[in-house]
Amino acid sequence: MTMLAHHLVDAGVAKHVLVVGGENRLTGQSRDASIQALAQVGHPDYEVPLGPTIPAYYGLVASRYMHEYGVTEEDLAEFAVLMRKHALTHPGAQFHDPITVADVMASKPVAMPLKLLDCCPVSDGGAAFVISREATSEAGVRIRGCGQAHTHQHVTAAPALSELGAEIAIAKAKTVSGVAISDVRYAAVYDSFTITLAMLLEDLGLARRGEAAARVRSGHFGRDGDMPLNTHGGLLSYGHCGVGGAMAHLVETHLQMTGRAGNRQVRDASIALLHGDGGVLSSHVSMFLERVR
Amino acid sequence: MSERLRDWTKGEAAIVYQSCGGCGKVQYFRRGFCAACGAPDPVEKCASGAGTVYATSLVCRAATPETRAHVPYNIVLVDTAEGFRMMAHGDNDLAIGDKVIARYQQFAGRLVPYFAKAK
Repeated sequence: MTMLAHHLVDAGVAKHVLVVGGENRLTGQSRDASIQALAQVGHPDYEVPLGPTIPAYYGLVASRYMHEYGVTEEDLAEFAVLMRKHALTHPGAQFHDPITVADVMASKPVAMPLKLLDCCPVSDGGAAFVISREATSEAGVRIRGCGQAHTHQHVTAAPALSELGAEIAIAKAKTVSGVAISDVRYAAVYDSFTITLAMLLEDLGLARRGEAAARVRSGHFGRDGDMPLNTHGGLLSYGHCGVGGAMAHLVETHLQMTGRAGNRQVRDASIALLHGDGGVLSSHVSMFLERVR
Repeated sequence: MSERLRDWTKGEAAIVYQSCGGCGKVQYFRRGFCAACGAPDPVEKCASGAGTVYATSLVCRAATPETRAHVPYNIVLVDTAEGFRMMAHGDNDLAIGDKVIARYQQFAGRLVPYFAKAK
């Protein structure tokens, strides 16, 4: 939505676009209803009758990723712990209790290898922003360029792990923006599950294959690290209310880029990378943003 | 359109795929055209049921009363001998790379393909 708004404003079709997303998935329906509704993204004839859930679709991907790149369940748990650590400092986050790798490992199995704390929660929430050519405040953030890629709809038809859409989207975004990963100072990456975050960080080039967890352990993705990541706590701990959940990554990015993130403020967020994923790693958008005043 | 074979999605104990007469590619999801080259009327064929496990996920939290009665159940992706990938159920202890063979069993009121290790 943000990419489309950017293109419409950039092309002069619209002067300003208000992008809004909000849902009450937590209080508006039962958890079962949410889980069941979301599982319908599967193929209606060839997948849904088998009783998969969204965690199962990602569980399949996780099992394969772990197999190919030597990633362990403890490695994945590191991402849940990091997102929770970040959520502790955000008053609007859904979860404020610290967790450990042991807590993640001991949490209830959902769709192995994914356990409860590897999964984002069902949440209420929303987010909104304005994309405009005109200044909306003293601080200015410009979209330098974006790219998207759509390789499949259903996980059965997904390409090999080394050919997923994130790599295609980021390559396009780099080309149109002229920004390199080495220029990026803040990262906002979709994290519906721990495996999603681990894979995307590696697909985007923010860590080498199989090494994202080690970078979490070394503090690389922390508030004071070289590449602060999802400082609001991400979908995993800030919460996931659907479209608004991923938009919260952009809201946090804007707060960081404009020096308004309070006790979560990072040293330098002058250039940021935003990456979102939809479906089951089906649809990807990468976006580079730059503070211009 | 070539003859439509009945498969497990229609209650028949069979796995059906399509093969393109033009480019030779195979596909699992039934379509009126080849997803690779666009040629119409791919030919329907019955698969042998043999394959190799590509990925697994043991579902422990289901969302409906019908599926909850089966928990835990193992969702698997299998690369078939014929060259297409499919989702199915399988033994809970299947590992990636295992050679498997399909049978069929009831799940939540339907017949579904179920893979076990090949002897």
